[in-house]
Amino acid sequence: MATVTLSAVTKSYAGNAVIHGIDCVIEDGEFVVIVGPSGCGKSTLLRMVAGLEAITGGTIAIGDRVVNQVEPKDRDIAMVFQNYALYPHMTVFQNMAYGLKIRGLSRDAIRARVDKAAEILQLGALLERTPRQLSGGQRQRVAMGRAIVREPQVFLFDEPLSNLDAKLRVQMRVEIKRLQQRLGTTSIYVTHDQTEAMTLADRLIVLNGGIAEQIGRPIELYERPASLFVAGFIGSPAMNFLDGAAGDDGRVVLAGGTVLAATAPAGSGVTVGIRPEHLVPAAESEAAAHLHVDMVELLGADTIVYGTLGEGGPALLLRLAGIAQIAAGTRLPLGFPPEQLHLFDRATGKRL
Amino acid sequence: MQRRVVFDGKLLPYLLVAPQLAVTLVFFFWPAAEAVYFSTQRQDAFGLSTVFVGFENFAAVFADPGYLHSFQVTAIFSVAVTLLAMLPALLLAVMADRVVRFASVYKTALMLPYAVAPAIAGVLWLFLFAPGIGIVANALKWLGIDWNYLLNGNQALLLVIVAAAWKQLSYNFLFFLAGLQAIPKSLLEAASIDGAGGFLRFRTIVLPLLSPTTFFLFVVDVVYAFFETFGVIHAVTGGGPSKATEILIYKVYYDGVVGLDLGGSSAQSVVLMIIVIALTAVQFRYVERRVHY
Amino acid sequence: MESRSGHLSWLPHLILVLGLALVGFPIYVTFVGSTMTTPEILSGHMSLIPGGHFVENYLAALTQGMPQLSGVPVARLMLNSLIMALSIALGKMLISFLSAYAIVFFRFPGRMVCFWMIFLTLMLPVEVRIVPTFQVTANLGLIDTYGGLAIPLIASATATLLFRQFFLTIPDELIEAARLDGAGPLRFLWDVLLPLSRTNLAALFVILFVYGWNQYLWPLLVTNTASMTTLVVGIKSMLTVDANTPWHLVMAMAILAMAPPAAVVLLMQRWFVKGLVDAEK
Ligand SMILES: Nc1ncnc2c1ncn2[C@@H]1O[C@H](COP(=O)(O)OP(=O)(O)OP(=O)(O)O)[C@@H](O)[C@H]1O
Ligand SMILES: [Mg+2]
Repeated sequence: MATVTLSAVTKSYAGNAVIHGIDCVIEDGEFVVIVGPSGCGKSTLLRMVAGLEAITGGTIAIGDRVVNQVEPKDRDIAMVFQNYALYPHMTVFQNMAYGLKIRGLSRDAIRARVDKAAEILQLGALLERTPRQLSGGQRQRVAMGRAIVREPQVFLFDEPLSNLDAKLRVQMRVEIKRLQQRLGTTSIYVTHDQTEAMTLADRLIVLNGGIAEQIGRPIELYERPASLFVAGFIGSPAMNFLDGAAGDDGRVVLAGGTVLAATAPAGSGVTVGIRPEHLVPAAESEAAAHLHVDMVELLGADTIVYGTLGEGGPALLLRLAGIAQIAAGTRLPLGFPPEQLHLFDRATGKRL
Repeated sequence: MQRRVVFDGKLLPYLLVAPQLAVTLVFFFWPAAEAVYFSTQRQDAFGLSTVFVGFENFAAVFADPGYLHSFQVTAIFSVAVTLLAMLPALLLAVMADRVVRFASVYKTALMLPYAVAPAIAGVLWLFLFAPGIGIVANALKWLGIDWNYLLNGNQALLLVIVAAAWKQLSYNFLFFLAGLQAIPKSLLEAASIDGAGGFLRFRTIVLPLLSPTTFFLFVVDVVYAFFETFGVIHAVTGGGPSKATEILIYKVYYDGVVGLDLGGSSAQSVVLMIIVIALTAVQFRYVERRVHY
Repeated sequence: MESRSGHLSWLPHLILVLGLALVGFPIYVTFVGSTMTTPEILSGHMSLIPGGHFVENYLAALTQGMPQLSGVPVARLMLNSLIMALSIALGKMLISFLSAYAIVFFRFPGRMVCFWMIFLTLMLPVEVRIVPTFQVTANLGLIDTYGGLAIPLIASATATLLFRQFFLTIPDELIEAARLDGAGPLRFLWDVLLPLSRTNLAALFVILFVYGWNQYLWPLLVTNTASMTTLVVGIKSMLTVDANTPWHLVMAMAILAMAPPAAVVLLMQRWFVKGLVDAEK
């Protein structure tokens, strides 16, 4: 087991910087998820930890050892790829055993380790099959098995579930989490799926354009997003954003004229964020504003209401628990609970 | 095209390419360079010294009526071989693509000439047509046709054309069949729903889709007729009678190896190289890659 | 596609059977000839039913020294052909596999130069540069040697291009997985790439074996003694101008010269057809 320390890590391809200096200490046994939109550099960062990409600047240490110049095979890590990258001509057993064989383990030791991993992953009956004869979920398991048998210091996962269908993805997500808790191995996991990120992570790194926007526990990120980007990325459906400004007295007023119970530095442009689940219908007398309802989706467990703030105003989404009987065309009085408002500097996107 | 992920290694890649590069340099670039060099030299009568003569060898070659005659023979020969190898192959491939029963039997049997050496193909046909011996020759005689390819140049040319085309039929058949099978059936079904009959479908859909294959085979067949048919000519007619079947490659061999005219033969080699390079270039324009066996 | 015109469904079969006859007839007649005596063949009305001298003729051809071949028996020529075909096929496959591996899986200065040098060889069949190639081979003292028969012909780009094409389809992650497993380039080559290339290797073997076995002009030039020549070339020497041609033996030799490449093609048909078409595309 080991910590992984990233210090001012940067990466450029032919002069184009794609990672702009990441600092993060991943604790021993921690499960860290790197999340962000496509092309933000998640894979690149993970592959630098693996040693598959050269590090342009900064250092990466596994345990106490700086590994910048260490070959991938000597870093004591194991990686699970998105397309699994199983050897097509080898059986499941041989796939898992290959790395151990190269490392010179005895046949008995290899057998023991593979059997143990196969038992954990319920692959026992499949050991003599080739990858072609396996389902997607089974292949995924073999890829994990290949990582487990190595008993590495760190597991690296690059979108390991994205080739699976939705149902299997949820199931494997739970399995990965359980497995990691059982083995207690430090893990770094890349995904662009925020649900996967929220459910798996001890801590999240939200990456955007090669910059770590925020690093923290999932709930922290949900409750106190450090930037507009994080606020919009974490949570589903995504947070509503409304333009506003702080008056001379610092009170925030929305573009439509609604005055909110929040303050910001006087005279600044503000973006106000509120999550769909935090908007509440209010009594007509206490309404801060009205939602013009366009469309209603009844999902059973909750109801999603689409509309605009005032006639022709900005779009707004509302999520209500249970089944709410609201018809399209209604004018819904709304309240903005002050403790659920997120204020961001409109110019920098940073939290105020 | 490049891979994103590669191995590190300073010396290893050079060791890996070295064998092929060595063979290529020694047996390809060196001889090619020599051909170009000798094509500008003339040896004295005893082969002891050579002098630079510029394009004189080329001028001599093109002034030689024998060479121009050989060009003519080659043109007739290669066009005839190409057509005779392609058209029946296309017909057979279209039929083989249609049948379900015995399909693999037909395919396997039609593959056979691919395995036969051109020289052996020549011998097979020679055996059928040898005057006084071959059963076809005897049948022709019985029909009153005066068949003797050893004396009649046109008959000799016809015989080597048939033998050479026969051997190449397989190759064309396999490629046409593969090309036909690559045409999505849904396309043909859509056309029949549109009311296109069998022949119309073939002309408006199959043939255009097959045209890259056709073009590819055309060039391959021409190159085959130019060079690989040496065995047919050498075994059956030896270029005769009176040079009626002397194609260019045979003349290069004859002048260089039998006639020991190094300069002239090298000049002819250079001309042939230019022809192949031109053919290849033309093909690259249409079909991306060409590979020649 | 079976067409709707069901009443014409015999037509394709008819045409194909005619095609088979065209392809098969010369081979069949030759085979029949190889089971007769020369007087029977020359009788002017040769039968189309095999004669009774099959064993006798083939045994004679294989073991008897042929006067037209300076007393060398056909078995020796077959051995030469086999050595030449195998050396060419295996030699080409080996050097092409290695060079394609270097070109695809490494970055090194001169990589593209190497690629183009190999690629250029695609353009010039050996026949075109035959005389100078012969001289180079002679200068190297390779006349009348197996090396001289095979080595000059193993320089060709075809196999290299085929392997290169295949190697480019190997997913990057497979290489990375191998690196993480601790496999270096040579281990990867041996443990992963070679087994994955099995189909390509099989197809190429067929194509190259046939190519090597069927060579004519090159062995004709590069061998001077009958004991070093190949079967395909040797047959020509049997067709003497005078009336003494032993036709029955010539026919047996022709069949013997066709049998090995035909057997290779037929036995490995499955890979061959796919490989041939892939190789040329
Ligand atoms: N070998 C390379 N050469 C040049 N640019 C590269 C290379 N690899 C990645 N990039 C660039 O670096 C950026 C980050 O790529 P990366 O693969 O890390 O994205 P990602 O976050 O994993 O995206 P995805 O979710 O689509 O997998 C991208 O803009 C990509 O174009
Ligand atoms: Mg990625």
